[in-house]
Amino acid sequence: MPSLKDLKNRIGSVKSTQKITKAMQLVAAAKLKRAQDAATAARPYAERLAAVLANLAATTGQGGPKLLTGNGSDQTHLIVVMTAERGLAGGFNAYVAKLARQKIQQLQSEGKTVKVMTIGKKGREVLVREYSSLFTGAHVSLADVKGNDFTEAALSVGQMLTKGFENGEFDVATLIYSQFKNVLSQVPTAQQLIPAKAPEGAPAIDLGGAQYIYEPSEEAILETLLPRYINTQILSAMLESSAGEQASRMTAMDNATRNAKDLIKALNLKYNRARQAQITKELIEIISGAEAL
Amino acid sequence: MADKLHFSLVSPARELFSGEVDHVIAPGTEGEFGVLVNHAPFMTTLKNGVVRVLEGDAVRYRFYVRGGFADVTPAGLTILAEEARNLSDANAQDIDVEIEAAKIKLLELDAGDTKRAVYEHQISYLEGLRGALAN
Repeated sequence: MPSLKDLKNRIGSVKSTQKITKAMQLVAAAKLKRAQDAATAARPYAERLAAVLANLAATTGQGGPKLLTGNGSDQTHLIVVMTAERGLAGGFNAYVAKLARQKIQQLQSEGKTVKVMTIGKKGREVLVREYSSLFTGAHVSLADVKGNDFTEAALSVGQMLTKGFENGEFDVATLIYSQFKNVLSQVPTAQQLIPAKAPEGAPAIDLGGAQYIYEPSEEAILETLLPRYINTQILSAMLESSAGEQASRMTAMDNATRNAKDLIKALNLKYNRARQAQITKELIEIISGAEAL
Repeated sequence: MADKLHFSLVSPARELFSGEVDHVIAPGTEGEFGVLVNHAPFMTTLKNGVVRVLEGDAVRYRFYVRGGFADVTPAGLTILAEEARNLSDANAQDIDVEIEAAKIKLLELDAGDTKRAVYEHQISYLEGLRGALAN
């Protein structure tokens, strides 16, 4: 039986933990709002760009640039794992890492060469233990991203990827990130970045029988559009991932706060019982002492 | 309205403009071009420069864009810029500060760093923007 003092101390420590988790929940809620706004604001650009690409890709067919058609091989796969910089976000990072692990195992069992690069510290920490030999050494940190301005980070990832592809370091690049469905569900998703896949189901633009005029040329436009398309995909993945991280943290901290509340209730009950038991004990001692006289 | 052109200007960060206008003049890589309503389907890359939106003969809005694409379809004109700013919102002093900040960041990078190109582009964009403001 713990002493009264021990119980009091425990109640105090659980209470202060509850304060911290509550504060983290509020902070995450505020950040989530901003992250969601940023993700929404970025959507029109991504959608339009996808529509333009789909439109172009439909007319180019096989002769297009390698970023679109691939280099004819799919032996070496690069897995880009995007996670958060911080933990305490429920299963957010773990789910992404789990999907990455599945993907790596699946590709390895097919006899492919797998390379791994990471964005965000947490995924690296988890995967480096098992797959340190697969790491390319490329890692992009999101720690110094301020607000929700991921443009720079997305650009540097995009450049690394297009350069790596040109140098023949890999044939296929797949991004694994957490897609933001809503506050309660974030879905780990694998998305192929290189060769670029034009979105399916994009409505074809009705030209009314007219022919597109391309300036300078269709190829030149595709050539500049593709790296940008890849960057945009990375950027929107980063935005979604950051919104998902905050949502996940908010839910996790809400649960933690509630759990702390239950724990405090149980401990208080125990404390009161112990106190009552002690009073009873003291009374018995006094009464039996008085009776003995 | 049938005799108006639907124009939208989007950058990765947000949608800057969307609405019906008379005339848009944009800086294509092969030269500046104007788009009126019922333009033929047309697609081009853009260079850094000013996009002017005209109502009648008067310039209503000026945006400074960095690269990107213009896509003209029967539905209207869409400009996908890598970065765009409304010139009436921009302020020369702020831009000078940004140019300085970008230059400092550039100095901090090693010669072989892939990020160098990013800042070099950023600086040339900002300087162009600064120049456009002065006019």
